[in-house]
Amino acid sequence: MEGKEMKKIAMYWGAGCGGCDVSLLSLHEKILDLLEEAEIVFWPCAMDFKYEDLEKMKDGSIDIAFYNGAIRTEENEEIAKLLRKKSKILVAYGSCATEGCVIGLANLYSREEIFDTVYLKNETTKNEDGIIPSSNDLHLPEFLPHLKTLEQVVKVDAFIPGCPPPKPVLENALEALLQGKTEFGKSVALCDECPRKDSKPEKIEINKFYRWHEKEDNGDCFLAQGIICMGPATRAGCEAECISANIPCTGCMGAVPKVREQGISMLSALASILGDMDEEKEKEIIESLQDVVGTFYKYATAKLLPEGRLKDES
Amino acid sequence: MARRIGVFVCHCGINIAGTVDVERVARELEKQPGVVFATTYQYMCSDPGQNLIKQKIEEENLDAVVVAACSPAMHEETFRGVCREYFNEYRCEMANIREQCSWVHDGEEATEKAIKIVKATVEKLRDNEDLMPILVPVEKKCLIIGGGIAGIQAALDIADAGYKVILVEKEPSIGGRMAQLSETFPTLDCSQCILTPKMVAVARHPNIKLLTYSEVLEISGFVGNFHVKILKKPRYVDEDACTVCGDCEEVCPVIVANEFEMERKPRKAIYIPFPQAVPSTYTLDREACLGLAPLTCSQCKEVCEANAIDYDMQPKIIEEDVGAIIVATGYDLYDKNKLVEYGYGEDDDIITSLEFERMLSASGPTGGKIIKPSTGKEPKKVVFIQCAGSRDKQHMPYCSSICCMYTAKHALLYKHHVPDGEAYIFYIDIRATGKGYEEFIERVMEEERINYIRGKVAKIYRDGDKIVVCGVDTLTGRKVEVQADLVVLAMAIVGKEEAVKIAKKLKVAVDDGNFFKESHPKLKPVEALTRGIYFAGCAQAPKDIPSAVAQASAAASKVLSIFSKDKLEKDPLIAVVDEEHCSACGICVSVCPYGAMMKMENGKARCIEALCEGCGTCAAACPSSNIEMRNYKDEQIVKMVEVVI
Amino acid sequence: MSFEPKIVAFLCNWCAYAGADLAGTSRLQYPANIVPIRVMCSGRVDPEFILEAFRKGADGVFIGGCHPGDCHYVSGNYKARKRVEMMKKLLKEMGINPRRLRLEWVSATEGQKFADVVSQFVEEIKELGPSPWREKK
Repeated sequence: MEGKEMKKIAMYWGAGCGGCDVSLLSLHEKILDLLEEAEIVFWPCAMDFKYEDLEKMKDGSIDIAFYNGAIRTEENEEIAKLLRKKSKILVAYGSCATEGCVIGLANLYSREEIFDTVYLKNETTKNEDGIIPSSNDLHLPEFLPHLKTLEQVVKVDAFIPGCPPPKPVLENALEALLQGKTEFGKSVALCDECPRKDSKPEKIEINKFYRWHEKEDNGDCFLAQGIICMGPATRAGCEAECISANIPCTGCMGAVPKVREQGISMLSALASILGDMDEEKEKEIIESLQDVVGTFYKYATAKLLPEGRLKDES
Repeated sequence: MARRIGVFVCHCGINIAGTVDVERVARELEKQPGVVFATTYQYMCSDPGQNLIKQKIEEENLDAVVVAACSPAMHEETFRGVCREYFNEYRCEMANIREQCSWVHDGEEATEKAIKIVKATVEKLRDNEDLMPILVPVEKKCLIIGGGIAGIQAALDIADAGYKVILVEKEPSIGGRMAQLSETFPTLDCSQCILTPKMVAVARHPNIKLLTYSEVLEISGFVGNFHVKILKKPRYVDEDACTVCGDCEEVCPVIVANEFEMERKPRKAIYIPFPQAVPSTYTLDREACLGLAPLTCSQCKEVCEANAIDYDMQPKIIEEDVGAIIVATGYDLYDKNKLVEYGYGEDDDIITSLEFERMLSASGPTGGKIIKPSTGKEPKKVVFIQCAGSRDKQHMPYCSSICCMYTAKHALLYKHHVPDGEAYIFYIDIRATGKGYEEFIERVMEEERINYIRGKVAKIYRDGDKIVVCGVDTLTGRKVEVQADLVVLAMAIVGKEEAVKIAKKLKVAVDDGNFFKESHPKLKPVEALTRGIYFAGCAQAPKDIPSAVAQASAAASKVLSIFSKDKLEKDPLIAVVDEEHCSACGICVSVCPYGAMMKMENGKARCIEALCEGCGTCAAACPSSNIEMRNYKDEQIVKMVEVVI
Repeated sequence: MSFEPKIVAFLCNWCAYAGADLAGTSRLQYPANIVPIRVMCSGRVDPEFILEAFRKGADGVFIGGCHPGDCHYVSGNYKARKRVEMMKKLLKEMGINPRRLRLEWVSATEGQKFADVVSQFVEEIKELGPSPWREKK
């Protein structure tokens, strides 16, 4: 290690599940290679670092800061800004930081509705006094009105998609980042590397939507079976981990670089391959599609509705 | 390099300038990035107007032009022509501030909207690419589907011009409906007599390949380059060897109904539909035959001296490349079972017009005698009911066009056969618009003393030996009741049921009556929406023989105009796939209505230029934003959206 | 001040655009709130354009296509219908009234119908008030 210029790296978790931190370990022995080139200067999840330590660092002294998790609280926002100041390259690590991820679906509800559900109406919560934690008595970081992605708070230099970033994506990203590159990853959609790609019929036509558990999987392209698979609109690179395990893609890798918006692109594609049928049947099938936002924007609701659900009072 | 755009705002006299402040439009547009010049003029489409554009292109060194004037449908060609002298025509766009602005709005808001429309057009123009028409080669051979009079006429016209024709007919013989008719209105020529020479001419023509008892299986390709697969069904008789001696027919033990005779006359399992059939040969009806595999009878083969019968004949698939296709599939009568109010199907003495037509024919089921089918006696009172299923919202809403005329003919011929008989015609209106038609109707009404009753029939029921037809004469308001011996229904004409299947194969549309849809009801009545496909005869709409023949010749002339060129020009506004970034998801291949998106070996999509019509449904569907419509790119449209809001 | 909605209209070249031209030739007046964008086919209208229009502050989006069975490109209008139907569901879940998106069939001969449906639509959007997205801008 001596004589070698070590990259200073940092990893922080905002509002997330912790899976991203764990995902670094999926590098297995390759993590040793990473440690040969890099020195971890801040990783509160793994080691004992204080925010003070970070504050004391010189601006721009961290070479690469990985921010995983979304921005849900004042604290998340504060650290995001701090890390931005202290780092040369700030990377949104994982789907939460990149597009808000599943927790971004919270933007369909108001803060009050969320608290209501979490603290009062949750069947497994016993809260007879109806206490909702608030800053008044505890000095908690404020829960922001809406969930934000990292980019909605600070300038971001690179994005590593995935929930959490799958091993091949991560390896590829780290290699590029250590070389100073901020553009990496594949620029085609998942079908390109899908193990079921050869089972696609000449024409895909859907006459009924099946949820994943409603149909016996015959091993063919999920879409051709009428099971919604986000693969055609989702960036490749994960080597189709889910599909290899017989689970349709839900789109955690986000959009292909050329695409403005993954959700609406897939919505259009899916509507387009509905079979010829009369208008009533058509409506019935589309009506059967529950939770449109959750289907097409499972990982990107925070981008679709950065200011929360709209309120068309009429 | 940034474009140097010129904006030319037309006053169109006061048509635009009377409502829209054209000067303000020009001044606002000048502020747009890339717009280096903007002006207005009285009439931009006039010669001085066009010259103004030319002059400014030179003076201001413009390399793109927006003309804010009328609808592009009016003058896009004009202004693109002006610009073509200087640069690619796709650097000229029109902003429609007349039809969709000054003519429909007033005051300040009209000017505001006009500014938005022109701005949006500038945004589109900014990213327009220079394009050249696509050139595609032409296979100078024509496929004609259907061998009725329309198909025959078109085939002869094209073949006479020196080009090859493949004429496909589903039935064992060509001739179609016209071959079933007895005499034709208004001249009362014998239908067979005028048709047969044409049928023979088809059979003899060196440029016509006649495939009877055949069906089109698949059609792919595009104008100039269609590829078709045709199924030639086995007729188990060698067409060339058969001498039509009739020995086989005599010994055949199976008797079934003859379709040509509207099932009013029997035929054998081995048969010739009618004596003048072309090709002149017997056909063995596999369905009716006692059995071919294993062979159960074989009497016909035993007596055939020409040794023409071959039980081992197999269906053959014939593949052809053609440059154009004419669809002349003809018509059927409306399903009689749907016309329950007139009791058809329940009563022997209520028959359709085509059955009556066969009855009138000397070679028909009755040898030309008019009979009351239930008794075989001569009917003394016949009621003809027009618009049976036509002009009726319960059935077919349209006019079947020929029924007034043939019903008059039927009544006249009936009177000639049964001079002491009485004929009644119930009608809604008499439509006799063809040449000599009105005179014919006059003659029938006056000379033949036919009882024309204006009104719809309310009820028909049997009373003993008679059929009672009740209705109201709407001219006198009197109730009418006729005790008829025979009722003839002038059934609605509908397109062939098979037309729907053929339309799918051709990727063209049919309407509710199964008639093929023309490209434009007035100006392109022969053309399909898909280039290189044309319609003739009743496949497109009900029509009489002269109209069918005229349309057939029109279709032929369209085909000949395609064949007069070695290469065809095609609009270049088509889809382009970014193959590098295509993930082979197959969505575009699934949605393209023209089969223009081809799956390559690696699964990725490629747009076949010649097939793409430029609708853009693939671009909207592509989940990877990997398909761009030339000069209607996503970014162009999004930018237009931005400036109009 | 009265609310003047901003409405984008995607009109297919062969039917709705021609119908709008005919409304012009027939001098049928309708509100100027609607600004047309000509596309070759209603099937060209990517739901992304619709979302983008709302995002940019449109109060309503109108799509005009050929009548069922009459599409110049065989089936583009059916694709449009399916996309619009699904799009309405998305809008609803996002909190945008799906009535702000309207698909109408207007043939080249239906100038009167074009003027009528556009007038109705503008009226309807006026009733609905400004789009919540426009409010946030």
